[in-house]
Amino acid sequence: MAEERRPKQCTVVLPTESMKAMAESIGVGQLQEESCAALSEEVSYRIKEIAQDALKFMHHGKRCKLTTSDIDHALKLKNVEPLYGFQSQEFIPFRFASGGGRELHFYEEKEVDLSDIINTPLPRVPLDVSLKAHWLSIEGVQPAIPENPPPAPKEQQKTESTEPLKAVKPGQEEEGSIQKGQGATSAEAKGKKDGLMRMKPRSTHELSVEQQLYYKEITEACVGSCEAKRAEALQSIATDPGLYQMLPRFSTFISEGVRVNVVQNNLALLIYLMRMVKALMDNPTLYLEKYLHELIPAVVTCIVSKQLCLRPDVDNHWALRDFAARLMAQSCKTFSTTTNNIQSRITKTFTKSWLDDKTQWTTRYGCIAGLSELGPDVSCAFVSCTLEEMFSPHSKHCASVIAKARPLPDNVEQYRADYGYLGPMLCSHVVKARNHTHHHTASAHPNGVSERNRRVRGVPYRQHHQGTQLPHPHVHPTRHPNTAIAPGNQVHRHGNQLRIIFHPAGTVDGSFVVFVFFEIVTKTIVFKSINTIHSVLLHSPDIVPVKGLDTYSFKAFYFYYFLHCRIIVKTSNLTHMESCSNQKSVKQINIFYI
Amino acid sequence: MAAVQDGQLNMEVEKDIKTEITNDGSGNINANSSSPGSTSSGGKSKSPAGSGEDQQTLLAVLQFLKRNKLTESVDILRREAGLSADADDSPVSDSAGAGSGGVPNVSADGGDANSLLSRVSIATPFAPPATAPPKVVAASGGEDQPDVNVVLSAYSQQGDPVLYPLYYNGLKKFIESVLDCHRAELSQVFYPLFVHMYLELVYNNHENEAKQFFEKFSGDQECYYEEDLRILSSMSKKEHMKGNETMLDFRTSKFVLRISRDSYQLLKRHLQERQNNQIWNIIQEHLYIDIFDGMPRSKSQIDAMSGSLAGEGKRDANKAKVFYGLLKEPEIEVPLDDEDEEAENEEGKPKKKKPKKDSMGSKSKKQDPNAPQQTRIPLPELKDSDKLDKIMNMKEATKKIRLGPDNLPSICFYSFLNAYQGLTAVDFTDDSSLIAGGFADSTVRVWSVTPKKLRRVKSAADLSNIDKESDDVLERIMDEKTASESKILYGHSGPVYGISFSPDRNYLLSSSEDGTVRLWSLQTFTCLVGYKGHNYPVWDTQFSPYGYYFISGGHDRVARLWATDHYQPLRMFAGHLADITCTLFHPNSNYVATGSADRTIRLWDVLTGNCVRILTGHKGPIHSLAFSPNGKFMASGATDGRVLLWDVGHGLMVGELKGHTDTIYALKFSRDGEILASGSMDNTVKLWDTLKAFDDVELDDFTAATGHIHLPENSQELLLGTYMTKSTPVIHLHFTRRNLLLAAGAYNP
Repeated sequence: MAEERRPKQCTVVLPTESMKAMAESIGVGQLQEESCAALSEEVSYRIKEIAQDALKFMHHGKRCKLTTSDIDHALKLKNVEPLYGFQSQEFIPFRFASGGGRELHFYEEKEVDLSDIINTPLPRVPLDVSLKAHWLSIEGVQPAIPENPPPAPKEQQKTESTEPLKAVKPGQEEEGSIQKGQGATSAEAKGKKDGLMRMKPRSTHELSVEQQLYYKEITEACVGSCEAKRAEALQSIATDPGLYQMLPRFSTFISEGVRVNVVQNNLALLIYLMRMVKALMDNPTLYLEKYLHELIPAVVTCIVSKQLCLRPDVDNHWALRDFAARLMAQSCKTFSTTTNNIQSRITKTFTKSWLDDKTQWTTRYGCIAGLSELGPDVSCAFVSCTLEEMFSPHSKHCASVIAKARPLPDNVEQYRADYGYLGPMLCSHVVKARNHTHHHTASAHPNGVSERNRRVRGVPYRQHHQGTQLPHPHVHPTRHPNTAIAPGNQVHRHGNQLRIIFHPAGTVDGSFVVFVFFEIVTKTIVFKSINTIHSVLLHSPDIVPVKGLDTYSFKAFYFYYFLHCRIIVKTSNLTHMESCSNQKSVKQINIFYI
Repeated sequence: MAAVQDGQLNMEVEKDIKTEITNDGSGNINANSSSPGSTSSGGKSKSPAGSGEDQQTLLAVLQFLKRNKLTESVDILRREAGLSADADDSPVSDSAGAGSGGVPNVSADGGDANSLLSRVSIATPFAPPATAPPKVVAASGGEDQPDVNVVLSAYSQQGDPVLYPLYYNGLKKFIESVLDCHRAELSQVFYPLFVHMYLELVYNNHENEAKQFFEKFSGDQECYYEEDLRILSSMSKKEHMKGNETMLDFRTSKFVLRISRDSYQLLKRHLQERQNNQIWNIIQEHLYIDIFDGMPRSKSQIDAMSGSLAGEGKRDANKAKVFYGLLKEPEIEVPLDDEDEEAENEEGKPKKKKPKKDSMGSKSKKQDPNAPQQTRIPLPELKDSDKLDKIMNMKEATKKIRLGPDNLPSICFYSFLNAYQGLTAVDFTDDSSLIAGGFADSTVRVWSVTPKKLRRVKSAADLSNIDKESDDVLERIMDEKTASESKILYGHSGPVYGISFSPDRNYLLSSSEDGTVRLWSLQTFTCLVGYKGHNYPVWDTQFSPYGYYFISGGHDRVARLWATDHYQPLRMFAGHLADITCTLFHPNSNYVATGSADRTIRLWDVLTGNCVRILTGHKGPIHSLAFSPNGKFMASGATDGRVLLWDVGHGLMVGELKGHTDTIYALKFSRDGEILASGSMDNTVKLWDTLKAFDDVELDDFTAATGHIHLPENSQELLLGTYMTKSTPVIHLHFTRRNLLLAAGAYNP
């Protein structure tokens, strides 16, 4: 009882202005200020009194909404004539008027033409009260029928699974095996008290015939060949409120399906199964916490598996990885708690295989995709350590670029301001590079920065991610003030080349500076945001050539990817990826970093 | 009908009450039972005051007639009024003299009217109120409504307003510095002290000081006083204090605190050392400190019991013996039902039924030592139809499901569709064949939930035509043309807040905002009687389990006991400090329980009219009550979402069931009392294990004597199930004879 809900005191008093206005409305002209003050106090007090009485009528009327009739009854109680004919169905539309330095809110009373009322057709007679019976519970179990609310609302499922001791006993699930965890804990609690353990039998919950049919139809449609049917089935999974009891079956279906199809490299089926996971997650009435032990391995498999399809060169298994990564991120966001530590466990898994040199490049890609979807915080935390150890040896590579991009003079303090702690080091490199470029001019860099002359337009640094909801700027609104557009970012277009220059002002803390450079052949692509580029790059099969990259370049690509998470910030023109030049749409992806 | 007083007397008494009630707002009445021997001579007892006033008028008329020499009229009037000649002669002559001013009058100082009144009440020993003890029992704390001015004058003594915060602060510091074991107890003083200091400031026109005082210290008060504080804060002028009911309550009733002797001594010593007379005066005048010997109570113990408008019930208020046992069931031969027997034979357990019946029979033969005498209050005789019903009941009872934690009841929910937020009350008949609903549009609707349709009795003309000797005369009197599933009863002129079926299903009671209770016939579907007595909304009404009597309670804070064939109440139960929100008969019909917005539950003895229990502990207006079938326990639910369990015999709180998040409007024990079902505005029905709840409480002699009970925190273990409805607040619950739970509420899309 000690919760500190302090009383809202009614010390508010009607303004004296209102008193004057009211007095004038009944023909009392000059009202003294003092009388107004006295009146307003009195009136406020009486109004409060009436409101308190009206509340009684509301309580006895078994409502939670105060109505005008409650006020009427309260007035009657005080022997005051009620307000006749005051009917308001919706809200009371007070109008505002001002003039002569006075402000007034009034209730507009329109003159009504009686003939209008007479001539309007009568409203439909409201339906009469009727009585309908249904089973709220049958021997302690609530049947899943339309008259009952969807079994186990999400909050309840959540409290049950995350805080089983606090959870309100749901009653309807007590008998079901789906409540094993919860049932066991309550039994434990009882056991402690009684000194003996009372365990509920772990009989599996029987599905009704209808539910079995539904399950069969849905699963067949989900993995079948008809796209329209699949869409319908997924829609049903995503919206139906009564799936709670079938959840264990779906979960097993998905996990088994992934297990089998990964071995068989059946990309299509894997995609279908992932879409099922997505649909389950989208269902507002389901809380998947208890099934994560089956679902997460399935999803992670789809992210990091070495091979997901028969012809990795042609099939777009990247899309599946991305999609699964987004699912992973979503489930981390929804289900990660301090107890299950999903997020940190997943992150650790990803990082470990990413940093392992023996890992296949497809897996690496998955790891990065997964990590980057987890949001800027995770990316920062895990990249910063890796970056630091990699930065120093390579910083000289970009020095020459900066040398070209930056105007003189090279002031250490200025560098520090622009590039964070890397500034001083960069500065010294740039100074060296400037001396060096005098000899080499643009020959080392065929698509040199010097050609950069036409500014296309500034690009928004980051836009809202389409599709799966991920940590967005609004999640950390204070941390990234420059998310909308970093003023220094520029896109330069030159023939087939598109160079995007990100300004360090847009970085997380100005510490990381990485150079990215694109040369893209297609003319039709309009780059609106990093997102677009990201999707173009990743969803096109052109990523495949990355396979041929050496470790060094590959890591460079990582950073490109993290650009998506706002870490990478500057472009340059250093070429390092000859192997991808045979591709059609993307001629070169040049990535560099310091 | 021996114990029930005749109508005449009760009419008198009731009139008296009514005048008081209607007058208490204006503060003009002079009867004041709490200050005997004060201003008016009519204050000696309340009852003569009312009759006296009539007499007084009469005598004044006589006097007038005499002065004008209309002796004939005088004689007639005297004859009709039944006044003896010498009863009025002397006063009349006296006052006539006083009126003319010729003869010096002995009672001149008292004024003519007063002297008249006093003489009349003395001179008319045969006046009914003087002979019979007044039936209205002013319960402790209630003391009815004394003159406002008298009450307010208690505040006229005042200190320096600037010092009030200092006094309060000083006490606060002191209480914060005392030992832990005393602190919780002494902290109880804060709230009443705060209220009275604030009111004293307001009364003496220190508006600003009062506001400051309120702002400064209102935050310290327990959160369950929030509502009262809100009302208090709106009151900032002396004028507001007149006619404010809440305020009157604070004053007229002493706030009751229970404090151990040690703590009290500590407080007393402190106040005397500091010469803190201001606080000491308030404590003396407005607080009733119930001192007990023994261990000081802990914070949780105090919190469990406090929260009501006027503090806790005094310990001696709950000392009276309550016969909570059940009445002996009349012995009725249960005819062996052949069909049933055969059916059981087929199932191969033919022997099962007999021993059961024997056990039931023996049970009812034993006289429960805690039961009241069978004839303690006169009960209506059983009719043949009642006996048939009893037999049906017993038969059904043999098919009753034994409920328990492992065997939860099925719940059938009756949703009222298209009620447009207008459903205000619901009741089921005991045999679950009919449902009645009270609506905000003043109608009462009755539905039949069995295939048997509702039919009206034929009109008188048609009835005369039927053969009265035929066997199926009861069938024949019904008009087939009127058969329908539901019937609407029109008659009230305000929302119907309470509804109750008679046990024999022939009548229906409804109470309404219009201040009446109506009795409807379910044979003719017409209104039979409108019981007028409450001038204000009647929040609830309830039939006795044996029929005939019923109780009603409402905004006028008085619960009335009626008999269906009397148009005046038989008993009036006054004592609550705020609206009576719910009423309930004890299963043995000898007691009634009333729950109130003053956050107390009172149990009244129907025979004597005394308040025998005051149960405090709720933190909000009580909206539902339920007795366990054995009559030993009671459950109550309030707006605070908690269900409290009470031991009626000891007058103790024995359990607290937390779980609901909104007002509990419905409570019901299963037929065997093993399960308590609660329904609430939060759209849930919850089932509680009451057997365990009552078992868990350790009642030793000490706790029973002092009432200081440690409530186990076991709501979670006791909760057997929660069933959400689809946005349908649950406003009524009912266990059928076979222990199927029926729930009802209006669907609010």
